[in-house]
Order: sequence, then structure tokens, then C-alpha cells
Amino acid sequence: MASPIAPGRQLVSATMLTVDQLAATIGDIADPEIPVLTLSDLGILRGIDLAADGHLVVRITPTYSGCPAIDPIRREVERVVEELGPPDAEVRMELSPPWSTDWMSDDGRRKLLDYGIAPPDPAAEPGCALLSMPARCPRCESEDTREVSRFGSTPCQAQHVCNACLEPFDRFKTLR
Amino acid sequence: MSATATSTSDVALYALRLGDDALILAQRLGEWSSMAPELEEDIALTNIALDLLGQARFLLTLAGELEGSGRDEDELAFGRGEREFYNCLLVEQPNVDFAHTIARQLLFSTYQLALYEPLTGSADSGLAGIAAKAVKEVAYHRDHAVKWSLRLGDGTAASHSRMQDAIERLWPYTHELFESDELVERLAVGGVAVNPAGLCDSWGQFIGATLGEATVTVPETSWRPSGGRRGEHTEAFGHMLAEMQWLHRSHPGASW
Repeated sequence: MASPIAPGRQLVSATMLTVDQLAATIGDIADPEIPVLTLSDLGILRGIDLAADGHLVVRITPTYSGCPAIDPIRREVERVVEELGPPDAEVRMELSPPWSTDWMSDDGRRKLLDYGIAPPDPAAEPGCALLSMPARCPRCESEDTREVSRFGSTPCQAQHVCNACLEPFDRFKTLR
Repeated sequence: MSATATSTSDVALYALRLGDDALILAQRLGEWSSMAPELEEDIALTNIALDLLGQARFLLTLAGELEGSGRDEDELAFGRGEREFYNCLLVEQPNVDFAHTIARQLLFSTYQLALYEPLTGSADSGLAGIAAKAVKEVAYHRDHAVKWSLRLGDGTAASHSRMQDAIERLWPYTHELFESDELVERLAVGGVAVNPAGLCDSWGQFIGATLGEATVTVPETSWRPSGGRRGEHTEAFGHMLAEMQWLHRSHPGASW
């Protein structure tokens, strides 16, 4: 998936950041529910548009419709934009196209695994909408695992258990 | 008819109907929080509620913007009286027991999925965007309901009997889902709304096959209650609304 961020143009602001620099700063904001992931890892920063008259629009999208993290994320993005962006910049919620785990970065997938959460299916894998590959245990790497519940501690996770090492673990659900 | 001929107030009311379906079912499912038969199901039912609440927020916000009188999602959710809600009667039916809740989920999520799939192509980009997001979530909800319907229906004598009772009690409320009216017909001509009358056959086939596998008999009833889309509700609804709205009404503008 190509980067949704437009290439760098000079912003009209006191700090004179480029769009790319602002995008990098917003992209580094941590997810409040899974704090090892950033907005950029999740792929929920959809773009930054700078109009000819200097009006700036930052577009973000939620993972799931009811994800409670999106309100604090939006407030944090607004805080960064107010601090670093031009006056009257706007943060807009965009639903279309709907978010997919295919937008999650490789770096994000590695960080999830290190954190103890099995990542979603790789983006390149074609497969059915919701289920395809078995979850690999983040502790012992066995693929001999089973799903305990399709719902977990956040809307984006399901509960699994490893048959090899018996450790329960969460998996980030594949959503396409 | 071009999309520009579509009345904004029609689209606002249509969005309100869809939003009310999602909001009221979310509230009912939320009643299971800390009460479900097992921990995983507690989490599952409240996760489904959360998805529906998110969909309701988008739909009510859209309705509020289109009607243009300054009502936001909170004002629409907590400031309207019973007769100003336009959800179908099925979603307001009480939880009763786990089997009733699963039966309601099966009947409604199958309908909602069949509705949202074509709604992703709506001429209204706001509705199309919300549907495209929600359709993935609702497919997951239906899958959950199917698994439990099979487990309860084709389970023990006790679980089968409860599932059969639940389907019999809720079945009359399914007819209303496929009723059309002038509003929907006007919007369907403009490519904005999906006429639910056209969804009945595929819904019936899916439900029939699922209940058949679950060894549950589809009842034959001549009673066809309706009125939700006109704001006429069943007795249980007012009690549910009082529980849902009391905090906002007692402390207007409260937040945390």
C-alpha cells in the first residue's frame, strides 16, 4: 500500500515544518490501548492536505466503528496540530475507504509480537475476510494454537491459547 | 431521478432509523455486561454492543448534520422521547435469557448484513462510507450468532427448548424488518436507500438453513406487529429508554 501522505510542501506556520515532518510527528503518537503501536504503525493517519491558501486538513480513520481509543487519539492529533501546524487547521474523521489490517506496517507487526500479541495476517496474503492463517504463539512460536473467543480485550483482538506451551494470548484480528 | 432531487430531510430520517436500530440493540447488549453466562461471552456481547454504538454515533451524527437544526449525537440519543425513536421493534425486545439474546442477534444481524452490503453503494457518500465500515463488523456479529444458534439449538434438551421458545417469541417481529414505506421508496428510487422488501427472500433462506441445522422449527404466525419506523413501540421500550437516558436528563451536559 502506497503511503497516503502527500509529498513535502512548506507549511505556512511559525515553525515552518514541512508536511512530511508534521506527518512524522503525528505518526509517532502512541495508540492509547496498545501503546507499543503508533498511529503510523496502525495506518490510521490517512493523509494531510495543504491547500494553496495554507488551510491544512489532517485525515484520520478509526480501526473499528466503536473503538474507544479514537476520541483520545483525535484529541492528541488536534493538540499536535495546534502546536505545530498553521492556524485554523482541521482534523477530520474519514470512514472511507474503511480501515484494514493490511495498512499495518511491518514494523508495527514486529512490535506487536514483541509485546506478546500475535499480529494479523500479512498484507500480501490473499485470503477470506476474517479468518485464514493459524495464529502463531508469541511465546513459543508454535502454530498449534486454538481460538478461545473471537472477541477480546479491545475490538481489534481475539483470544487464543497455545496447545504447545499452554500460554493464553491475544491476537490482532485480520480485518479486510 | 438524480441524487440532487433527494430531499435532505428524507436522508436525515433514514439515517436516524438505521442509527436507532444500532443504538437500541447496543443498549440491550450492554445490559449483559458482567451478567453473561461466561466471561468470553460477556466480552463478546459487549464488544458487539461497542461496534453497534460506534455505528450509531456515525449515523446519528450524520442525521443531525443533515437535519441542520444543531442536534448532535448525544442530543439525538438522550434527548428524544419514546415516540421520536424509529428503530424496529425487534431490537428493543428484552434480553430474557441468553437464547433470546442469541436468537435476536441471529435474526437482526442477518438482516443488517443483507441491508448494509447494498448500502455500501448508496448515492449518499456518508451512508455508503458508514455501511462499508460497518459491513465487516456485522459479518462478524452474524458469525457469532450462527455459532451459538447451532450450539444451543442442537445442544441439550434444555438449551434446545430455550432456543425454540426464543425463536417463537421473536419471529413475529421479523416481518416489520422488510416493510417499506413512502420514505424508503422515494430514497430507493434515488439510489440512496435500500428497499428492505427485496431482502426478505435471501434473509429467509439463510435463517431457514441455519435454524434447520440447529434443529429449531421456524414458527408459522399470523401476528405481524409493526410501528417502530413510525415511533410506535412495545411496552419494554420505554423502560429501557428511561435507564439509557436518566443520567443525561438528570445532569444535562455532564461529561468526563
